[in-house]
Amino acid sequence: MASKIKRLLALGAVVLTTAALAWAGADDQPKASGAPKPVITKAVKGEQCVEPTDYMRRNHMKVLNHHRDEAVIEGVRTKKHSLKECINCHASETTGSVAASKDDFCVSCHSYAAVKIDCFDCHSTKPQASSAMHPLNAETAHYKHKLAAQANAKVSAEEMAGIAQ
Amino acid sequence: MASITFREVEGSSPKYWLLFGALGLFVLFGALAWNYMHHHGHVVTGMDNQIVWGLPHVFAVFLIVAASGALNVASIASVFNKPMYKPLAPLSAILALALMAGGLLVLVLDLGRSDRLIVAMTNFNFKSMFTWNVFLYSGFFGLVGVYLWTMLDRNVKAYSKAAGTAAFIWRLVLTTGTGSLFGFLIARELYGSSMLAPMFIIMSFAYGLAIYLMVLAAAYAWTGRPLGDAVMMRLKSLLAVFVAAVLYFVVVYHMTNLYFTKLHSVEAFVLRDGGIFTTLFWVGQILIGCVIPLVILLTALGKQRMWIMIACALIIVGGVMQMYVTIIGAQAYPLDMFPGLTEKSSYFDGEVHAYSPSLPELFLGLGGVAVALLMTTFAVKVLRLLPASLDDATVAKLEH
Amino acid sequence: MSELKPMSEQAPNSPERRRFINAATATAAGLAIAPGVMLYEVAHGRPEEQAASSAVRWGMLVDATKCATGCDDCVSACSTENGWTPVAESAHPKQAPQWIRKLELQDPLTQMETNLPMMCQHCAEPPCVDVCPTGASFKRADGIVLVNRHTCIGCRYCMMACPYKARSLVHESLNDTQKPDVPRGIGCVESCTFCVQKIDRGDGTTACVEACTAAGHNALVFGDMNDPESEISKRLRELPTKQVRADLNLNLGVRYHGI
Repeated sequence: MASKIKRLLALGAVVLTTAALAWAGADDQPKASGAPKPVITKAVKGEQCVEPTDYMRRNHMKVLNHHRDEAVIEGVRTKKHSLKECINCHASETTGSVAASKDDFCVSCHSYAAVKIDCFDCHSTKPQASSAMHPLNAETAHYKHKLAAQANAKVSAEEMAGIAQ
Repeated sequence: MASITFREVEGSSPKYWLLFGALGLFVLFGALAWNYMHHHGHVVTGMDNQIVWGLPHVFAVFLIVAASGALNVASIASVFNKPMYKPLAPLSAILALALMAGGLLVLVLDLGRSDRLIVAMTNFNFKSMFTWNVFLYSGFFGLVGVYLWTMLDRNVKAYSKAAGTAAFIWRLVLTTGTGSLFGFLIARELYGSSMLAPMFIIMSFAYGLAIYLMVLAAAYAWTGRPLGDAVMMRLKSLLAVFVAAVLYFVVVYHMTNLYFTKLHSVEAFVLRDGGIFTTLFWVGQILIGCVIPLVILLTALGKQRMWIMIACALIIVGGVMQMYVTIIGAQAYPLDMFPGLTEKSSYFDGEVHAYSPSLPELFLGLGGVAVALLMTTFAVKVLRLLPASLDDATVAKLEH
Repeated sequence: MSELKPMSEQAPNSPERRRFINAATATAAGLAIAPGVMLYEVAHGRPEEQAASSAVRWGMLVDATKCATGCDDCVSACSTENGWTPVAESAHPKQAPQWIRKLELQDPLTQMETNLPMMCQHCAEPPCVDVCPTGASFKRADGIVLVNRHTCIGCRYCMMACPYKARSLVHESLNDTQKPDVPRGIGCVESCTFCVQKIDRGDGTTACVEACTAAGHNALVFGDMNDPESEISKRLRELPTKQVRADLNLNLGVRYHGI
């Protein structure tokens, strides 16, 4: 019974988010009294999202969940709908993250819509390149020079170039 | 057969509200403890990667086992047609539901991701004993609920026996499932035995009845209703049989292990060298939980109500200690990956693992107990669960 | 659960048959691809849109006779690659996750010492998968045993079930210190993944193996145990190896020589 109520609540939350996002996306709407509109920063990298913006605003969670199951269970790690790629494009220029401060891409909308993001308890909020500079990893990074992992270097070089531009 | 008048407890005295408030306070402490553990993670508990199931599991499993045992009195009435037990049945059913709810609450609030309970109810792996238990627990609530309804509503009274039988069979399967949570584990020497299932069933008989007797006596004493010796004497003799059976199963279980050379070292750990676990086993489980209660119940002392209550309390305390030895003792003994060799590593391989429960864990466990008692206290106020009188004359009429 | 079957019934799953199919597909793929592509890459790198296949079974050979006493290069490499804090740097050593650890063994009678790395053994019949209530603990088609953190509820039943003490619970918040390729999080259980992120990238090896090789010990070999031509298969054919707790008959993905 409790699960049913929870499910209803979750459903309600999704409907509200969608409505709120759709509303937030429409420019001619008046401002809600008191609630500041979410800051939607244009992606740092690239011109166009992998799907139309309107579609993504409403359905990004479906797209991510679908890709997530394929990636984790079957090992299909296509780039198009991967969370990592979202982060690569949308990480803020100032914080380097999608969820570190309140104006960062994911947090901004989610806090406006009051929907908890469960992603970043586990997922890094930053693109690949910046992780090597993290203090925790810096302590163990001395190890890297021992390894001549070329494949590794190739991936990060690509991404680094993308983010830097 | 004479009819029995059931009546709600008035529940307006300061004493009632004092009890209610005190239990409510423990529920609050439990909720705060959960909030603290959930916010910081399991790092604030005494549990670690060696002792992965700690004090909350001791309380949770004890309550779940006791819950199915508490239903026994009702089962004797409707399944085995003993009229004397009929007036005792509704309290037995409600206590079973309340203990189960308390136990489950502790179990789910100790999850690493207790906020994801919905996942546990929408994703199932049917090879897992845990999944089976999810269904067994839900079914238990359903069946005992229906059974209670057939006892309370005259219109459906005809179905009481059928509902009672179904609930009885279900509770046996349920405790088999609880025992098998441990019995179906190959990794640890003290588990991996089907012995655990029947042993848990017989333990549930003893723990459940001990709790039932204490709740019954307290309810009648505090409401000033008459409770005759006939009922008490009958139930205490039954309790003695159950406790003796528990002792028998524990002896057989350890004797079997002692015969197998590969289990000698782990048995030596529990029975001789295990420090706190050895003490808890001999003093707690055996002496407090079995031997002393048996002596009380089977001698002249057992004729005095005070001593019966002491015996019940000892059985409950001994039961919690038994769960501590069964759950935590088995984890404290290191895994034997390379038999015959000594092991050493940064991950504490080859060492006996120490465990000191933290305060939040204790309060989470006590919170579960408080939830169970609070539910019972509230139920006897709003439902007609307790007979107005259980004096010897009333009870004697039932038997003819 | 392992069932006893007559030999004839085992044929569809027999290693011989699988090896044959594998070799056949590899050859077919090798023919189809333009010249200049090494056969090695055909065997290990799969296109990103292709799911992991049961034609492959990833495995590791640990040669304990080559494993150097006091060396923990494999452990630090794992920690670096996967982003878990080394136990020496942890404020809560007993609660700190350890995906791989060095185990020192000694026979009390003969004083013979052995040391070896211990981690998830990637069982073909994993007890952790059997007991997981939500199915979060699972075995991928290519034999890698993983935890799906999206459905893990942190019940720790898998930790109770694992005979190798391979799993850890993340006891505290990681505060965004995770590697982008290796999500890990509070309240979930985790263990060695055979560096699944590297496998899926086509590296065909793991961080610990790379480190052991770079240090010149060569105690670890990683590869496809279903491919008769892989280095690991060749070595396993020649070296006598054992499975840890072979009595449990779990058919392990990690095999040890010199224990």
